Amino acid sequence: MGEVLEIALRCLVVLAAFLVLPLLIGQIEHKTMAHMQSRVGPMYAGGFHGWAQLIADGVKFVQKEDVTPRAADRTVFALAPAVALVPYLVVLFVIPLGPSMVGADLDLGLFFALAVMSIGVLGSLMGGWASANKYSLIGGLRVASQLMSYELPMVLSAVSVAMMAGTLSLVGIAEAWQWSWLLWQLPALVVFVTAGLAELQRPPFDMPIADAELVLGPYTEYGGMRFAMFLLAEYAGILVLAALTTTLFLGGWRGPSSEELGWLWALTKTMVVAFFVVWFRVAWPRMREDQLNALAWKALVPVALGQLALTTVVVLA
Amino acid sequence: MSDYADYLATYASVAAIIGVGVLLAAGMLGVNRLFRPTLTTPAKLLTYESGVDPVGAGWAQSNVRYYVYAFLYVVFAVDAVFLFPWAVVFASIGWAAAIEMAVFLGFIAVGLVYAWRKGVLSWT
Repeated sequence: MGEVLEIALRCLVVLAAFLVLPLLIGQIEHKTMAHMQSRVGPMYAGGFHGWAQLIADGVKFVQKEDVTPRAADRTVFALAPAVALVPYLVVLFVIPLGPSMVGADLDLGLFFALAVMSIGVLGSLMGGWASANKYSLIGGLRVASQLMSYELPMVLSAVSVAMMAGTLSLVGIAEAWQWSWLLWQLPALVVFVTAGLAELQRPPFDMPIADAELVLGPYTEYGGMRFAMFLLAEYAGILVLAALTTTLFLGGWRGPSSEELGWLWALTKTMVVAFFVVWFRVAWPRMREDQLNALAWKALVPVALGQLALTTVVVLA
Repeated sequence: MSDYADYLATYASVAAIIGVGVLLAAGMLGVNRLFRPTLTTPAKLLTYESGVDPVGAGWAQSNVRYYVYAFLYVVFAVDAVFLFPWAVVFASIGWAAAIEMAVFLGFIAVGLVYAWRKGVLSWT
């Protein structure tokens, strides 16, 4: 009975983190973008600097009508937002905040996290296809091309870390982390974050959404709660990418007095990476779709392969 | 045997969180169902096409130019699956394992170079 209770407790804690942290990242994005663009951003909701803006948005989304276009493939259209959202919750469950602060320490955690993360992208693909809308279809095709180009450099750069640590367990990788990794694994870090941004369709790789040309890409026909689920999936994706980057490349919970404050270090690093993700959105214009594919195959894949060679030499020599 | 039971127990918690995820999605849509209005009009159910009536069907034929990338991806994805178990054990085997993987990766990299030289990596 105690075991079942423990699993239930872990699930609840991860669920709470999954519902709170993406909103925090969303608020960081609102405010950071606003100040970088000489605006103030949300100021009204909640009173203090608009802290409750996203909660108010949630209350609004709950009351919105659910419109499914007549031409759409109804079942797939209805399922797509859930397919986009749920995988990120599952990945979050296996990412550690401390040696024992983890939903489940899987012995192939890294492999599991990467595999499940790419399922989330299928949600966008399903939405793009099922909407029976030309904008959505083009957006969906771009999602597919992005997924194919970026899955590979992401996996290769993650393997490099697994080679250094000699394990696939995320807890084991964070425990094996050393300061020297910041130097040896720097190319892999850059490739991983770049590929992750592309997988999440975040600017400068947001051409599937490309609001100036495709309305909102795969999400054009979505409104109300289903759209909110896609939106939550995007910010949950940023959270998962930032937390994975922290665990793999930045030492997870390592830091001064990490015995007691380890989880705080992990969270802080995650939020700093998330801040950079927002910063990239403000700083860079959107790339063209063929430029994205060229960048992936002509720059990121060769760099990742070179990193594998470098890591092999570092480990064996 | 108890090791194996522990091993399965960690995956039981993964199954639990998948269940929680499904409940979360169902709950969000269920709450929405309780609070939302339903006022459908024919115009509202029309496919959105920048405000004009849609022309033709939504599933239009299009030229998928990046299919070559798909081939390349399949080749490399198979390789990536082999890399994971190799990454865990290669340090204990030593240089022999490293050279074997280098040969394997080298063959595939030659394929990438060939595709690059043939110009299939740039859209025309």
